[in-house]
Amino acid sequence: MHPKEWISVRDAGIYCHPADAYIDPLEPVSRAIITHGHADHARPGHHCVVSTKATLDIMRVRYGEEMAKDAVALKYGEDYQLGEDADPVKLTLYPAGHILGSAQVKLSYRGNSIIFAGDYKRRHDPTCEPFAVTPCDVFVTEATFALPVFTHPPLKDEIQKLLHSLDTFPERCHLVGVYALGKCQRVLYGLRQLGYSKPVYLHGALLNLCALYREYGHNFGELIPVSEVANKKSLAGEIVLAPPSALNDRWSRKLPNVRTAMASGWMQIRARSKQRQAELPLIISDHCDWPELLRTVKEVDAPEVWVTHGREEALIHQIEKMGIRAKALSLLGYEDTEETG
Amino acid sequence: MDAFSQLLDQLYFTNSTKTKSALIQAYLHATPDPDRGWAIAAIAGTLTFDFFKRNTVKKLILDHVDPTLFALSYDYVGEMSETVAHLWPHSINSDEPLPSLHEIVMQFTHCKKPEVPTLLTRYLSRMYASQRWALLKLGTRGLRVGVSARALKQCLAEYGNVDVSDIERIWHGLTPPYTDLMAWLDGHAPIPDVSDKGKALYSRTGDDISHSFGDLLDSVELNGRLDGELVVMLNSKVAPFNDLQQRLNKKKPSKRLMEMLPVHLIVYDALTLDGNTLTSLPLSERRKQLDAWFEGKRHPRLHLSEKFTVTNKDACVQLREHAITHPHIEGLMLKRLDSVYVNGRPSGQWYKWKRDPYVVDAVIMYAQRGHGKRSSFYSDYTFGTWQGDTLLPIGKAYSGFTDEELKKLDTWVRKNTVGHFGPVKEVKKALVFEIAFDSVHESKRHKSGLALRFPRIHRIRWDKPANEADTLDTVRRLITTR
Repeated sequence: MHPKEWISVRDAGIYCHPADAYIDPLEPVSRAIITHGHADHARPGHHCVVSTKATLDIMRVRYGEEMAKDAVALKYGEDYQLGEDADPVKLTLYPAGHILGSAQVKLSYRGNSIIFAGDYKRRHDPTCEPFAVTPCDVFVTEATFALPVFTHPPLKDEIQKLLHSLDTFPERCHLVGVYALGKCQRVLYGLRQLGYSKPVYLHGALLNLCALYREYGHNFGELIPVSEVANKKSLAGEIVLAPPSALNDRWSRKLPNVRTAMASGWMQIRARSKQRQAELPLIISDHCDWPELLRTVKEVDAPEVWVTHGREEALIHQIEKMGIRAKALSLLGYEDTEETG
Repeated sequence: MDAFSQLLDQLYFTNSTKTKSALIQAYLHATPDPDRGWAIAAIAGTLTFDFFKRNTVKKLILDHVDPTLFALSYDYVGEMSETVAHLWPHSINSDEPLPSLHEIVMQFTHCKKPEVPTLLTRYLSRMYASQRWALLKLGTRGLRVGVSARALKQCLAEYGNVDVSDIERIWHGLTPPYTDLMAWLDGHAPIPDVSDKGKALYSRTGDDISHSFGDLLDSVELNGRLDGELVVMLNSKVAPFNDLQQRLNKKKPSKRLMEMLPVHLIVYDALTLDGNTLTSLPLSERRKQLDAWFEGKRHPRLHLSEKFTVTNKDACVQLREHAITHPHIEGLMLKRLDSVYVNGRPSGQWYKWKRDPYVVDAVIMYAQRGHGKRSSFYSDYTFGTWQGDTLLPIGKAYSGFTDEELKKLDTWVRKNTVGHFGPVKEVKKALVFEIAFDSVHESKRHKSGLALRFPRIHRIRWDKPANEADTLDTVRRLITTR
């Protein structure tokens, strides 16, 4: 049966009728399938949550052990049955390459299947398994950077920009705005990859998730909480990571001679960087850029594509030009928090 | 060209004036003539012609990119040059360095018009996005990197360790690429000799606007520099600001328009008179000399500003109350008698004391994305007031709210969209703005027949139901009440 017969968009989010389950719901529901741990996708208070173990652990770090009454951890590729035994819905998770634990959600019902890719990217990222191209009848894609103006440069180039600035302004504390989950760890990886071996200093809000990543085997070298630095003046010439909200906040005033950088896919647009008051915009994204979105649609090769949050008009226009049926699933509520990009 | 593009990039992203000045000075040190002179011209806005028109750029990009994707991208990015810089689909990797800024200026200066698109295409395809942005900004003279003409002169003064007033004095006699200026600043030559002939009119921001006001300039005989306020005068009376507005942005006003709306100058200060510099004298003394200079001469288009002397606060309040009974007077200027004439706006010296604004409650009807700093936020709002049970638009506002409120408004717009007209979103008629404005005029532009002067959002009334907003009649009545 075509997924449009058994999937619908409700106020609480995308709903699968025969499984009685929502995907990344916006409100507390009885059963939620979660693609990844970003706060606009993984919210607290559901009765039962199904996701990867890493995503469930991220939710526990953020919301405590009571983040849901019941939690089901699935491995990538493992089948899980929802719905009635006589008329089952098969749920399978596949890697999405977005952040640690991120998954595409595949639902199969009465001979047809649909994949919700959630947020995903195609670039190399050592902190998560790479996106798995998986066949399906309907592919549901995000559209965060779905405009041809978005082509993300290599991570190496952007980290190099930061290191270059550190050379040019050795007396200035380089404060880099990063989202706590995913971006922070990717920037740390990038720095270590280019041989930056000094300690990196962290805002308190970044500590728990870095510790969780470490439990999952990711080593980021020496990390020091800013709160443990007695003489803040000693941070001149050092790299400090902080969540974007702390960049222009009172918190950052104690740092010496700050040069503000911001790591986000949005930094490609000048005005966006200005809005962030970032002097050093670093274009680092955990989403697909325009060419990667098109490449993915081609490789997945589903006969029909639905487009969720973001700049869906452009992507739908282009997908239809490629001869594939496309439609928009207008989802409000995503991109509300500051974790996207 | 590469150094220039890097400079623009750095200036663009730097907020502090001090750092900007340091960046420019470093560039001037590291860059040879005449390149650095062209960079000065680009930043100061003294290049005299466009290398190419915005429309040429738009046509070029539409030859290379799907028009729908271009339109969506432009709407999102909010700025043409940057949209094109990112969208340009070709990038030929070439080891050949880009030509110097001077060469590029020369090539576009001497290029025949039909060949411009080919030349531009060749360069765009050889450049990175940020270089393309710099070229497009340079070529359309739309550089906005947050350095005013005045700040640039200050920066040049620091670079050459000279007095900024010397630069100000000779500036309008200099032309790009400013090799004579740079030679002086570098200490290799004396200060350029600029005999102070000719007449010119400058805006508050230091831009030369002589071309728009030939009628005024022709009428003036003067050896000196005056400061004043432009007005349109009809039958010896100051006409509404609306009339002046029709003259303000006309680069070449027609003879008919100049006759219909003659521009005069209300003079209130003098910088030099008959070869004497007055700027360091107190206002009282400058004014005495200005009055003396005016006496006994006929100035068809120059008028001395009225002086008032008050000795206490009550008298001052009364004076303001009296002044604003005049429909076109916005308030009083208060000036310290001992204030000297200086650059910028030092606080505590001069005050503009306007009348209180009018305020009405209006309902937001449409929203559009902003430009520049606000690109991608829905920050431009059209609002209306009631006529019966229909809302009619009376104006647009872009300001008066905090960044925090902007975010909330943006979210509200996205959640309450009921229709699209291209980039314009129609929203649910449910949110009330308290709109402050200076005056109301008849206007054919809006369906309501009214236009507001300087409307801004005074308060967002999240609490107020839309049907309790004001009526069109209430607003219309304000035309006549003062």
